[in-house]
Amino acid sequence: MRRVYPNKDVCIGCHICEVACLTAHSASQDVVIAANEKAVTGLQPCKAVYDKGQISVALSCRHCDSPSCVSACISGALYKDQETGRTCYNEEQCVGCWSCLMACPYGAVRRNVTKGKIIKCDLCEGRDMPACVEACPNGALVFESR
Amino acid sequence: MLFKPISQNFSDFVIVRENDRCINCEVCVRQCSYEAHYWDDARQCVSHDHTKCVGCHRCEAFCPTGCLTIKKNPADFRDNALWTPTYMKHVYKQGDTGGILLSGMGSPCDKPIYWDNLQLDASQVTNPSIDPLREPMELTTYLGSKPDKVSFEDTPDGPKLTTKVGPQLKLNYPLMFSAMSFGSINLNLHKAMAMAATELGIAYNTGEGGLHPDLYKYGENTIVQVASGRFGVHKDYLNAGSAVEIKIGQGAKPGIGGHLPGEKIDEEVSKTRMCPVGSDAISPAPHHDIYSIEDLLQLIYAIKESTEYKVPVSVKIAAVHNAPAIASGIVRAGADIVVIDGFRGGTGAAPTMIRDNVGIPMELALAAVDNRLRDEGIRNHASLVVAGGVRCSADAIKAIALGADAVYIGTAALVSVGCTLCGRCYTGKCPWGIATNEARLKKRQNPEVAAKRLANLIRAWGHEIQEMLGGMGLNSIESLRGNRDKLRGLGLNEVELDILGVKHAGR
Repeated sequence: MRRVYPNKDVCIGCHICEVACLTAHSASQDVVIAANEKAVTGLQPCKAVYDKGQISVALSCRHCDSPSCVSACISGALYKDQETGRTCYNEEQCVGCWSCLMACPYGAVRRNVTKGKIIKCDLCEGRDMPACVEACPNGALVFESR
Repeated sequence: MLFKPISQNFSDFVIVRENDRCINCEVCVRQCSYEAHYWDDARQCVSHDHTKCVGCHRCEAFCPTGCLTIKKNPADFRDNALWTPTYMKHVYKQGDTGGILLSGMGSPCDKPIYWDNLQLDASQVTNPSIDPLREPMELTTYLGSKPDKVSFEDTPDGPKLTTKVGPQLKLNYPLMFSAMSFGSINLNLHKAMAMAATELGIAYNTGEGGLHPDLYKYGENTIVQVASGRFGVHKDYLNAGSAVEIKIGQGAKPGIGGHLPGEKIDEEVSKTRMCPVGSDAISPAPHHDIYSIEDLLQLIYAIKESTEYKVPVSVKIAAVHNAPAIASGIVRAGADIVVIDGFRGGTGAAPTMIRDNVGIPMELALAAVDNRLRDEGIRNHASLVVAGGVRCSADAIKAIALGADAVYIGTAALVSVGCTLCGRCYTGKCPWGIATNEARLKKRQNPEVAAKRLANLIRAWGHEIQEMLGGMGLNSIESLRGNRDKLRGLGLNEVELDILGVKHAGR
């Protein structure tokens, strides 16, 4: 399956992928309104850029073949779609126990504290190309099968 | 502004932020290597300091909401035809520092650009024009010494060339990437130039900074440079390229050497240049072993010996008053290629006074050198390459019509990968990741993305040159070379027309 892969050698740490992710997952789909939505609905980008020294890298859900988050999920909100290979998330079922946060080895599951539910990359369902990959100005994110 | 010397507050640019569109995402803060944007802890929002803005427009290009515009500072000094703000700011700066004014990139001064006063011809009715999309159109160029005459012998397989032709550098387009050293620009861009040149079948020039071991594999498309500091020069280096260039002068700073600040010399640059980490790399003004044409001849032949006469040797000079006589000497000293670099050529750092006041336009120098070499009957002994201020394919094709064999592009190549000519290359903090070796900044140039953009640029110019050639009824760049009848001057005086060797439009 196609996944989003970061390339730390050319990631410039601009955090534009986070802005793109936020916008793509907002109700308005507008970058300025989405930023304001953040305060009201607790909207967060599904990915985060980690910077240390010279290195920056944008991390999001790896859609692992055998995901620890799915094993840890107590409510069945997280599950593996056998057909697409994606690790999917049903927000309605999430009870906000944060077990998946503890289980994810990549720290790729985040919290929406306002809603008391998790936030996780869905590979931009409905878009041809995930928003982060499309917005990356330096080709540091690629969407491909490896 | 508080805590700033008065002179700094006459900033060149102002940062205009549309506050209702700013989402405080701090993208501008992270992109600005001059710290003009910052997180204002007291106000809990992103803020900016105009005095630090260099006008590179990186923030404007990256702002996700498009809320930033960089404008020229509208504050006007009292009008004075003599004392323009540029000169006043120079004086303020020198009052502050007591130092030589430094500049990056080519001269921005308003001096004649002859390309804009030259018009190309086109065929009408007779000698019909050619459509390059339907018919072959040859752009292949060979740089190197051409024989005075050629002789053939008949063989059962047809005629065979018996004349021995010297080494040639083959180019699929009459365009090359100028000498920009590893150190002045970073390895990512050197790699991008090497990859693009290889893909296109043209050449890039290493500049005076040696060749990084990772790039030896692109040798067939590399011109290795030998300059006055001899940085990175050794036998393997000389034999790594498909041509060797001796750099005598540079259009942006004729008569002076180079100075790569120690801050730009990291481990990799140090190894490649063969000089210590963090120490300034100073190229002397002259080659200390060249004080005459005879000395130049010795170096040319020393290089030819060490490369076993397999590659052409080029000599690059800045366009100066006596360029024709000097070029004649260079050809007679055995150079296979002569490069003339005009006064608008780019640089990573040059004293402002020299950049803006020394040297002559490349167009005039090119025409004069081509004339001189023809008059002396030695034009075929060397190819003529020009550099310095070629902005588009029309400039390039006009240079070829004036007599150039090929054109070097440096600034245009950098612009294609993002350069906005802010002219602060010498700070080593290039926000576009070009003229910097800082680990975080140089990553801004992804070699693969940059190589693609460079290749796109050359291909685009190639298509345009083919279209213009076809329009003139020519099907080969060779038919245009030195064909000044295809040019007419527009608004030029008698002397200029005479030097350029073109008629005025209407004649």
